[in-house]
Amino acid sequence: MDARRFVFDIVANRLQYGLRLLLLLALGLLGAPRVRAQESPYIVTYDHYLEEPGNLEVEYYSTFGTQRGGNDFHAFWAEFEYGVKAWWTTELYFDGQSTFNQSTIFTGFRWENRFRPLAREHFINPVIYVEYEQITEADKIVKEVEGHDVASDHAVPNADANRTLNHELEFKLLLSRQVKGWNFAVNPLATKNLLPSAPWEFGYALGASRPLALRASVKQCNFCRENFILGVEMYGGLGDTRSPGLHETSHYLAPVSAWNLPSGWTLRLSPGFGLNDNSHGFLLRWGVSREISGFGEMLGRMFGGRR
Amino acid sequence: MKSGLTRRISAGIALASFGILVTVSASIAFGRQAAGPAKAKQFHAALLEVPAKDRARPNPMEGEADSVAAGGKLFEQHCAECHGKKAEGTRRAPSLLRQEVQQATPGAIFWVLTNGVVRRGMPVWSKLPEPERWQIVTFVKSLKAGQSSNPGAESNSEIR
Repeated sequence: MDARRFVFDIVANRLQYGLRLLLLLALGLLGAPRVRAQESPYIVTYDHYLEEPGNLEVEYYSTFGTQRGGNDFHAFWAEFEYGVKAWWTTELYFDGQSTFNQSTIFTGFRWENRFRPLAREHFINPVIYVEYEQITEADKIVKEVEGHDVASDHAVPNADANRTLNHELEFKLLLSRQVKGWNFAVNPLATKNLLPSAPWEFGYALGASRPLALRASVKQCNFCRENFILGVEMYGGLGDTRSPGLHETSHYLAPVSAWNLPSGWTLRLSPGFGLNDNSHGFLLRWGVSREISGFGEMLGRMFGGRR
Repeated sequence: MKSGLTRRISAGIALASFGILVTVSASIAFGRQAAGPAKAKQFHAALLEVPAKDRARPNPMEGEADSVAAGGKLFEQHCAECHGKKAEGTRRAPSLLRQEVQQATPGAIFWVLTNGVVRRGMPVWSKLPEPERWQIVTFVKSLKAGQSSNPGAESNSEIR
């Protein structure tokens, strides 16, 4: 009886903490201090800017994709991005997808960390990116393209593809530069499936973007030109250690746009176009995000930390 | 097969969630260790590290009527969450009303804003276009030295 009571207390305690965390997230999303994030419009490419320390950014993205030889799909993911330090950002993703006339499934999660090795701004600014992925073959968010990823991989029915779970480590070198209001970013990447027999796979992402205005206007406004950032990104695979090169690889070109609202919300929209027959013909992506300022401190207070 | 997959995914999620919790907890804990006036001094000391060439850069927005107001808006959006609405300082970052800041050249403030003080918790702000950064500098320089900074917050200023 005592043991049962003990277990019950532990469960109740954990539930209480879980509910507090959910409440904090909800309150944070709705009532967080107004912080206008200057978010980049990229969806695949990364610039060298990290999350402000102590802030949590909650993001949701959708990707609608056309599928040759199969059903079109809607893939989606949620991101929780936390600024641990000014030089370290950690991020948790949950992925899912709906393939039309098939099913809606959860396809796995990713845990990403970005580290800024240099303290100051330089001509080119590097950030080291390390990610652990535990996703099934049915994952279709196309957050990056690597190795010999091709559109036909996504034609496999969900019921079959979701049976194979991959554990992968992904490394990127995020190189980025800001010049006269423009951001230029280059991200080479290498991925290793943790199966010993699997080869290293390579890919790239490139991006350029600029706000519509470089000076802030005096008044608070939703539609001021400085709130809009436009750009373009390109990404694709570069083969693997067994078969490097561009053959049997897919590549995409996508205009990108972001609307940073003074209320702290950011909306992104990006139509993407496949550049060869191995690519999906069209990918329409959109996303919404909200930054919760001082989330770390709120968390500390809620869970009994010092004031 | 499927239940095994679900189990492995659940275990993975639990592991990742645990990792995130540890990370956040460590961040809060280390942030507390780093608190104190000594760190606030280190923060202001960044102004002394500015290269002479950058320190001497003039503010191209100086004297422009709208710059202070626009800079104030930008300050509220990007800086006030840490430095306080009136730049008086909070637990997270020190006051900008202090002499060290107010007596610094516009070029020095612009340099610190651009490069951040990354190891002491201030992120780089070069993502703001250069004219917007100068607008913020104009606003900061328009604040008068000696205005009521928040001494309590200053001494507890938590630089992560």
